[in-house]
Formats: sequence, structure tokens, C-alpha cells
Amino acid sequence: MAIRLPVFMDYHSTTPVDPRVLEEMLPYFTEKFGNAASRSHAFGWTAEEAVEYARERIAKLLGAQSEKEIVFTSGSTESTNLAIKGVAEFYRDKGNHIITTVLEHKSVLDTCKRLEKDGFSITYLPVSKEGLVDPDDVRKAITNQTLLVSIMLANNEIGTVQPLEAIGKITRERGVLLHTDAVQGFGKVDFDVQRMNVDLASITAHKLYGPKGVGALYVRRNKPRVRLVAQIDGGGHERGNRSGTLNVPAIVGFGKACDIMATEGKAESSKILTLRERLRLKITSQLNEVYLNGSFEHRLPGNLNLSFNFVEGEGLMMAIKDVAVSSGSACTSASLEPSYVLRALGVGDELAHSSIRFGLGRFTTEEEVDFVANLVVNKVDKLREMSPLWEMHREGIDLKSVAWVAH
Amino acid sequence: MAYSEKVIEHAENPRNVGTLDKNDPNVGTGLVGAPACGDVMRLQIKVGEDGVIEDAKFKTFGCGSAIASSSLATEWIKGKTIDEAEAIKNVDIVNELNLPPVKIHCSVLAEDAIKSAIADYRKKKEQKNL
Repeated sequence: MAIRLPVFMDYHSTTPVDPRVLEEMLPYFTEKFGNAASRSHAFGWTAEEAVEYARERIAKLLGAQSEKEIVFTSGSTESTNLAIKGVAEFYRDKGNHIITTVLEHKSVLDTCKRLEKDGFSITYLPVSKEGLVDPDDVRKAITNQTLLVSIMLANNEIGTVQPLEAIGKITRERGVLLHTDAVQGFGKVDFDVQRMNVDLASITAHKLYGPKGVGALYVRRNKPRVRLVAQIDGGGHERGNRSGTLNVPAIVGFGKACDIMATEGKAESSKILTLRERLRLKITSQLNEVYLNGSFEHRLPGNLNLSFNFVEGEGLMMAIKDVAVSSGSACTSASLEPSYVLRALGVGDELAHSSIRFGLGRFTTEEEVDFVANLVVNKVDKLREMSPLWEMHREGIDLKSVAWVAH
Repeated sequence: MAYSEKVIEHAENPRNVGTLDKNDPNVGTGLVGAPACGDVMRLQIKVGEDGVIEDAKFKTFGCGSAIASSSLATEWIKGKTIDEAEAIKNVDIVNELNLPPVKIHCSVLAEDAIKSAIADYRKKKEQKNL
């Protein structure tokens, strides 16, 4: 089968809408265009019914007790803002301490930074070399001022899946709320808000073959009932938690996307894992000085984050421009700083600059994997031939002993 | 960020990749940048008795713009006297390759690499004349 170029291997950034999802969405743009908040006519009722059906499907995949625990938002960044700021504001007189980790997504870290300016105290837990949080560190960090622990389900760069069940036991026992940014792992790895004692979870549709621009916040209503201060004022939609007209077609798509995951997710994850391992082994068997970033065992099935020593990540991305991937190299960001996630693992700056994230997903094929593996091996060889570091390494020079002239 | 056509052309077909004998008295070697910063350039020149750069080679660890900047630098300095080569400014490289602001440091590094290779060559000459 011929491969269409460029090959998309950046499924952590976003995913295409599944055709089955799109099909279910389409009528809600045209003939079923009603506002779900219109209570006085059939257009509104039809839209509301569709929204409620989607809510049920999403709640089911989360393991929620009730569809009323789903608050629709514009996406996960908004969900996370609502969760953390909403809890912080509501429970302010009970405490001022929040615990999170150094490798959270920016939507968590920057929200926490803003709260710090407002007088909150934030603990940023470190992670192991594999990117794992030690639940015992969570236990030790909790004080009588702690309101909330926010730890992601799975990391977007290195795919590390956190021990949420163990963390949830601790937070429940200590009477502290647990929020998780579940964006990357939801539908793809084991996740159940009930069993894991998660109180708030941020999710989004476009990471699981639904449309962009719609997300949700799971908010527990029972044992404990979590209260929030809304961050957007207006018509009091979503039980007062998030004002604004609902994006009905997108919500319908979100529901369908979750429904597909509920029935096909397990088989799909195992298929993707097989492809990822094929990619990893093809690359690592043909190249030396390649390092896996993150945990091998506790990892998203579609994530492969590799550092190709002596080759710079952006240079490699340009060389393999027939493949859409992303890099932890500084050069891909405006800040010129290498990935803070890789740094948090203690990966040296050299190797952080040399990292490439491959993200595999629903539509990745074996032919694509083989094509990408061959291309990567070929181009890394070529770039190493023009790398002064590779030459020095082969001459036996310890690169750490060189007095580099940083600029 | 989209690359300019010239950057892509140089990065895909780099000129003068390679190594000259760094122990040759007529070869000057410049090694600039740092792995931790994400770019390292090694630029070498071989200078004739008349002070003209006969050959230039480079190896670069870096992004496409860094590779293109060093490739262009070697192309430009070949056939120039060392004084002429020394006069090349990073803005010349920026203009030729249409580098965006975030990539200006690549051109700075290339200018430094030329200067550093020339300085190494001169040092060798001085030591020989002592």
C-alpha cells in the first residue's frame, strides 16, 4: 500500500476526527442547529437531548457515577483553569496549599503560578528519572493547609503514566481533593475516576479522534461533593459552573468519540503498542547511542520519545520532514530552552536537544512505521557524519571534558 | 516555523562537510558553541602561502539553520584571503539565508567559527615564526 506523505506521527498534539464521529456531528450544524439552552421549542429540546446523550457517554468512559458530573468547556486548558482556580477560590478559607509536579502541562503549571501571586503556596513535586511521581512524596507534602493535589494521568512528552490509584488512596484518606489532567491518557490507558478516587479530571475531545474546541471537566458530586467558583460569568449554563452556549455539534462528536473508545479502546491500544514497539526496535537495532526518555513499563502505548545522541532534534526533524513529529529541542520553542519535562528527569541538556517524540495512533499503519524507521536510521547516520560531536565521540574524546565556548 | 528555501537547500545538500588535518600547520580549526546549547560548529580552513583560503570544511551539530549557516560560510570563504574572510559579518549570512530572528544566533555562531579558525591559523603561524 502506498504511503501518503507526510506521515502523521504527532498524535499527542492532536488527532484527526474519526469519520464515524464526523458523521454523527454533521446534522447538528444544519437541521438540528438549536441552542441546547432553549427550553421553549423542539429545536432546543433536540439539541439538549443530544448534549445529554453525549454527557452519558463521556461519563461512562470516565467511570463517573452520574452524567451530571460532566461540565463542558472549550477544551482541557479551560477545564484545568476551572478546576484549580475554582477549587482554590471556593475553599480559600480552608487552606492555601496546592501540590503538583514539575512535569505537568503548562495549563496546570501556569495556573498554579498565577495562584502563587494571589498568595497560594504551591509544592512542585520532583519525579524519578523515568518521570514517575512517588506517592509517598505526595503523602509527605500534604499539610493541614492543603486543598488540592493536581497530578496528570499521562505525560504529553514522555508518555509516562502516573500511579494515580495509589495517589488517590492517599488524597482520599487525608481529605484532600485530587485533580488530574487526563488529556493524554483518557481512553487509552486504564482510568476510572471512581476506583482511583479522582475528584476532578480535565479531558478534551481532539486527543481521542473528536473535534477541537470542546473539552470537559469531571467534577465529583458525591463523597465528596466538589464545589467550584465559576471562572466565566454569564447565563449560568452547566449548573452555574461554566456559562456560555454549548457547542452542540462538537459535544455530540465528543460523546461519539468516547463511545468508540469504550468499545474499541482496549484492542486499539494493544495494536498501537505493537506498532510502537516495532518502531522502537527497528530504530534501536540499527542505531547506537539512542536513549528512551521516560518509563518503558508505565507508558502510553502510542508514545515513543527517543534521544539520538550527537544529533540535534530540530536538525533531525528537518531531515525527516516527510514525518510530522515534535522535538524537545530548544530550537523548536520560542524560549530557546530545551524541554522542561526532559530536564525534570535529569536528562542532560545535550540529550534533551537531541530528542524526538513519535506519537502513534488509530490510523498509524505498519507500512508507515517501517517507512519512518528506515528514514530515521538513514538520516541520523547522515547527520552524525556531519556532527563534530559524533567524530569526537568516535575518537574517544569525552565531550564533558571539553571546555565549550557557550554563546 | 517554515524554513527559507535557501536554508533547506543548504541543509539538504551541505557544501564542504568534512575534516582537515588539524595538525597541519596550514590548517586553522575553530570549534564554537556547546552541546548543552544545542549547537556546535567546527570550521576548518587550509591557507596557502599567499594567504588565500584554499579549502574549508565544516561539521555542525545543530538545527537546519545552523547547518546552513556553516555550509554557506565555508562556501563564501573559499578563495578569499583570510583578511577578507574575517570581514564577513553575521548579518551577511542572515540576509543571504533569510534567517528569522530566533535563528540569528546560528549566523553569529558561523561568524565566530570563521574568526576562531583564522585565529587558530595565525597562532600556529606565530609559533612557527618564533
